[in-house]
Amino acid sequence: MNLKKNDQSVTILIVDDELSVRDSLTKWFIEDGYKADSAADAEEALKKLKPGVWDIIFLDIKLPGMDGMELQQRIKGIDPNATIIMITAYATVDTAVKSLKEGAHDYVTKPVDPDYLSHLVANVVKQRQLLSENIQLKERIQELYEIDQIVGDSPAMQKVFELIKTVAPTDTSVMIRGESGTGKELIARAIHSNSPRRFFPIITVNCGGLTEGLTESEFFGHEKGAFTGALYRRKGKFEMANGGTIFLDEVGNIDMKAQTDLLRVIETKQFTRVGGDEIIEVDFRLICATNRDLELAVKEGKFREDLYYRLNVFSISIPPLRERRSDVVLLCNYFLNKLASSINKPATGFSPEALERLKAHDWRGNVRELRNAVERAIVVAKGPTITLDDLPIPPSSGKAAEGRSLEAMESVHIKSVLEQMGWNITRSAEMLGIDRATLYSKIKKYGLRK
Amino acid sequence: MRPESFSLEEGFDPVRNQYNSTWILSKLLQEAGEEECKILGVTSVDLFVPVLTFVFGEAQLQGKAAVVSSYRLRDELYGLPKNPERLKERLEKEAIHELGHTFGIVHCRNPECVMHSYTYAEEVDFKSKDFCSSCSVLLDQKKRQAAS
Repeated sequence: MNLKKNDQSVTILIVDDELSVRDSLTKWFIEDGYKADSAADAEEALKKLKPGVWDIIFLDIKLPGMDGMELQQRIKGIDPNATIIMITAYATVDTAVKSLKEGAHDYVTKPVDPDYLSHLVANVVKQRQLLSENIQLKERIQELYEIDQIVGDSPAMQKVFELIKTVAPTDTSVMIRGESGTGKELIARAIHSNSPRRFFPIITVNCGGLTEGLTESEFFGHEKGAFTGALYRRKGKFEMANGGTIFLDEVGNIDMKAQTDLLRVIETKQFTRVGGDEIIEVDFRLICATNRDLELAVKEGKFREDLYYRLNVFSISIPPLRERRSDVVLLCNYFLNKLASSINKPATGFSPEALERLKAHDWRGNVRELRNAVERAIVVAKGPTITLDDLPIPPSSGKAAEGRSLEAMESVHIKSVLEQMGWNITRSAEMLGIDRATLYSKIKKYGLRK
Repeated sequence: MRPESFSLEEGFDPVRNQYNSTWILSKLLQEAGEEECKILGVTSVDLFVPVLTFVFGEAQLQGKAAVVSSYRLRDELYGLPKNPERLKERLEKEAIHELGHTFGIVHCRNPECVMHSYTYAEEVDFKSKDFCSSCSVLLDQKKRQAAS
């Protein structure tokens, strides 16, 4: 939107068939310091119209040939950002009101009070300046979540980028599949920030970390006194996401009751807060992520089939890092550049041996594990080059698994890390390169105990 | 200062019960001699331009003629006692303002500058009879341009 910055560069076009009106208004605005010009009819006006040239257009409703109402539509087609103010006589006030409904900013009745005219134009100028600032600020915010933040040159990741670009502008529900640490939330944010909903919030709900029984309150909020401890009314995540996107991470982990609630809110876009009876309407786009085999969960009766089809409208699968090893070097350099300055270390590159080992590693914790490994290496590195000694990766990585199942290896490894960290969940999750919710679910899955 | 006057009858609009200031400007131009640099008409009738309900005065931007009226500057129009001294001050300010336009100077954002535009009589009292520093510089430039 090309909105002008100061009054001196504000441009005004007056379209009126009466010469005296054209001349007196043009003169009035020029004397007020604006750049003004006039046109006697629609034909002349259309010749002078180009996108972004006129900030404010005064338009007489009654014109010879094409009338003001029709011309208003044409102007909106050529320059939708121009502010249109209709000029009318008393007899045509009804038409002026109709023009407001069709997008005109205001109307003035001839003859116009000079004070009213001055204030009207000054307010339009101020409003356009604020709008311009608002757009610039939103564009800056958007830059923070550009798709460029997702790193990957491999054909598999290029396909993911194409899918993001295809689905982002729509309102379709998206299911993001991928192992823990592959960057599912980053993909969800990229979809949101490239969608028409980008000026509204994206609200993330970590379904893996929800306590059974409190999911409903987390989703829909609660009224004061709804249950013990509900001291205040609290908005739920769906209410907070109104107008924007709700991102349900680890959606495969929600219990059957929450699945029913979720299905209802997706179908009706309505809910009530826990302990309340007011029906709240919400407008949201749904993005989900899971690393569970949902199809199997449906077969086993652990996940509702009707909900599965509602969530899985458009699916994006993020390949694990070990299946796109060509991205490892790119990611290592990306994290090195990004983290070295924030840690205030002079690291500038990797030794060839270090890069070989990084490429050979299995990266069970995917990009998150790689990021943590690079960060740790930067911290411990003594010079500008990261060497083998700086890497927290054992050389035998990948060979120890021979003869044993992946799950058995994972169970043993998690238990060993937990014991090493004194069963501190946060630190263990960090070391494993997974989030706390995933670690809890793995502890439960393998029946690990202190 | 010339004592001449002319009839405004042709510029009268019976529907609005006001006088068309643009017509007065054209009449003033006819009356002006070659030797005159600027011509200012002073009147006591209510002035209008077709699209506005009223004007205190009108001028040709970067032109020769200007007109100013005392009609809406009088306190008694707003139910206040007569104040000839205040009226004289307001009229002087508006006369300088309109003459300023004939030198090509547009409205100024400085509320104390004589080129600031006010649409209420009592607001005219806020501004001074002087040009602000920026408008003074501009006026000098315009005068030099006109002389050359």
